Amino acid sequence: MRAVGIIFSNIHDNNVPELARIRTLGSIPFGGRYRLIDFPLSNMVNSGIDTVGIITKSNYQSLMDHVGSGKDWDLARKDGGVIILPPYGDEQSSTLYTSRLEALKGITNFLFRADEQYVVMTDCDAVCRINYSEVIEYHIRNRADITLVYKKFNDGEYSAKNATTFDIEDGRIVNVNYKERLQEQAHNVFTNVFVMKKSLLQNIVMDSISHNKRHFMTDVIASNVDSMKIMGYEHKGFYAGITSLQAYFDSNMAMLNNEVRHEIFGDRSVFTKIRDSAPTKFGNSAIVKNSMIADGCVIEGEVENSILFRNVKVARGAVVKNSIIMQNTVLGENSTLNCIIADKNVTIRDRKVLSGSENHPFYISKGIMI
Amino acid sequence: MVRKKKCVAMLLAGGQGSRLYALTTNIAKPAVSFGGKYRIIDFPLSNCINSGIDTVGVLTQYQPLILNSYIGNGQPWDLDRNFGGVRILPPYQGKNSSDWYKGTANAIYQNLRFINQFNPDYVLILSGDHIYKMNYSLMINYHILNNADCTIAAINVPMEEASRFGILNTNEDGSIYEFEEKPKKPKSTLASMGIYVFSREKLQKYLQEDSEDPKSSNDFGKDILPKMLANGEKMMAYEFEGYWKDVGTIDSLYEANMDLLGDNPKFDVGDTSWKIQSRSPLAPPQYIGEGAKTDNSIIMSGCEIYGSVENSVLASDVIVKKGAVIKNSIIMGDVVVDEDAVIEYSIIDENVTIGKGAKIGEPKENGKGIAVVGRNINVNSSAVIEGGKIVDKELIKGGN
Repeated sequence: MRAVGIIFSNIHDNNVPELARIRTLGSIPFGGRYRLIDFPLSNMVNSGIDTVGIITKSNYQSLMDHVGSGKDWDLARKDGGVIILPPYGDEQSSTLYTSRLEALKGITNFLFRADEQYVVMTDCDAVCRINYSEVIEYHIRNRADITLVYKKFNDGEYSAKNATTFDIEDGRIVNVNYKERLQEQAHNVFTNVFVMKKSLLQNIVMDSISHNKRHFMTDVIASNVDSMKIMGYEHKGFYAGITSLQAYFDSNMAMLNNEVRHEIFGDRSVFTKIRDSAPTKFGNSAIVKNSMIADGCVIEGEVENSILFRNVKVARGAVVKNSIIMQNTVLGENSTLNCIIADKNVTIRDRKVLSGSENHPFYISKGIMI
Repeated sequence: MVRKKKCVAMLLAGGQGSRLYALTTNIAKPAVSFGGKYRIIDFPLSNCINSGIDTVGVLTQYQPLILNSYIGNGQPWDLDRNFGGVRILPPYQGKNSSDWYKGTANAIYQNLRFINQFNPDYVLILSGDHIYKMNYSLMINYHILNNADCTIAAINVPMEEASRFGILNTNEDGSIYEFEEKPKKPKSTLASMGIYVFSREKLQKYLQEDSEDPKSSNDFGKDILPKMLANGEKMMAYEFEGYWKDVGTIDSLYEANMDLLGDNPKFDVGDTSWKIQSRSPLAPPQYIGEGAKTDNSIIMSGCEIYGSVENSVLASDVIVKKGAVIKNSIIMGDVVVDEDAVIEYSIIDENVTIGKGAKIGEPKENGKGIAVVGRNINVNSSAVIEGGKIVDKELIKGGN
């Protein structure tokens, strides 16, 4: 294939510090059985990209465990396939990279070895289906130097505190507004997807080393909107940026919407690590409404507007509403949960009552017993 | 050092499963869906890997396509190995002969070279139509301890059912002195489970002799075992306690599925100490809609439930639309049940659509039996399929 993929797994860890404390943003569980990296990785596979490097920085054990050899994405290949690229330190730099450009400096060998002509770079901070091969077509058709994918949000649709937005004229990006506090108007929000020739990226990286440039958006994109042809490609489908714990909560809940869920999962091509759990069992007293439930659960209580990951137990009399309950969490008898994000392996004791609110979900960290 | 395996398992998966009628029209019996997530063959394969047996030959013959692609390289069972692992063994053409497998013993005889390349001490013969969890290594140890030539796994069945089985009559020490195939007046209730451990040299010798005997029907139960007993070889019965079900008939397949339901199920597939592995589908978690009902049921990922499901087992990617009712039934994968359709006491095979308002099956109390809709069938809106009726492709073509 003509493009090599690069996925940044750590870059937005600060968006959801609660969930990313023990893992990369890319390995944050999502939608009952997935992790955030499944979306860009599956997009790559579905776009025919079969050489993918995943750039990591810290806490990437769970990511390595999840991706493994890549066979679940059909990326366990002799030629190409998926490779995890841990931070690479040399004698001069004893500290870890702090920006996208510095991270790219650490993978010059990976880039050099790949014989693909183009490169697609993406982060793990969004749930969406983008066909990168269409972006590459668009990039070639427009004879662009760099193509960036954006999503257009209307008045009030996008709630993140900061984002990169573009001013676009005839498809060309003419101005970059970096981390602007979003006002009440339409915005072209950057999705952190880049397409360019691999040789150009290599030049940019070399140049940034010699001129001590650090920041991709400001030093490379924003300062070159006149000298380079930087095109914007509009992603028209569903897009949920994981920009905060609230956004994480909301985008999970968005999966309960039939239309959204069918757009994201309908064609069964979001791939993920396959684990074996027994089928989910509903007891006689189970009441379930508008919920997504993964395999291996045992439901004897009441579940409403919620997302349950694998092997969650909801005991008799327990009521869980508007919540996200991760793998192996146990809800004791007659416990009541509302607007909760419970991380993996949480135990809620019998008769406990816990509640957050819809605009401020309450997070329970991994392994806690309450 | 010579590489060898202590034990090689041979899984007889070639049976046509004719008593499962429409469910095995174009699929081998071991590939029939079970318990929402599984196929029957997952049980012996998982038992093997959980018992430390990592070399399994799967003998296929009848409609092997789905079974072959299901087993693939064996990775879901951790049976993708450089030395050993799972191998599909179809009949093949030789220089002097080419034969379909004439019987269970002949199937093994034709694959002696597969067995011998692992130089095993013991050969475990399994069949692909039983639902059970069993530690084969305990049985092999029993075989070794008793210095046996052949050990047959056996289970105690109720006296009134004993005449449906092959019965083993044993001495006090567990050695077998007589076989009775479906005896009218059984002397014991110890039924053969169709699981045998042989010492390899003995197996090889008897298979060789059997192949040279033109009068033989080349079957373990009918030919090999009686001959070994007549020759005074040491044959032991290994008594198994636990859940075991032959799912060779529509009724027993239905019962075994229903045995998974309830708070204290007769058979628990969720038990993590003896995990049943399977090739899992790539589907999003199931979605249970507003107004849906899911009582005492097993439901797999990829399902979307807007109607009512009660005492039923649903495999992956089953869509139950608004107003549809599924009761006391088994729905295999990729089925759409349209609005207001009612399915009761039925088995619906994979890739079926049930039209709006259709009525499939009747309550058990009506006494007409289980209705079955075979693979790839579209049932028209408002169609009625009576209890006990078995619908396969041909019938629907003629009928509509």
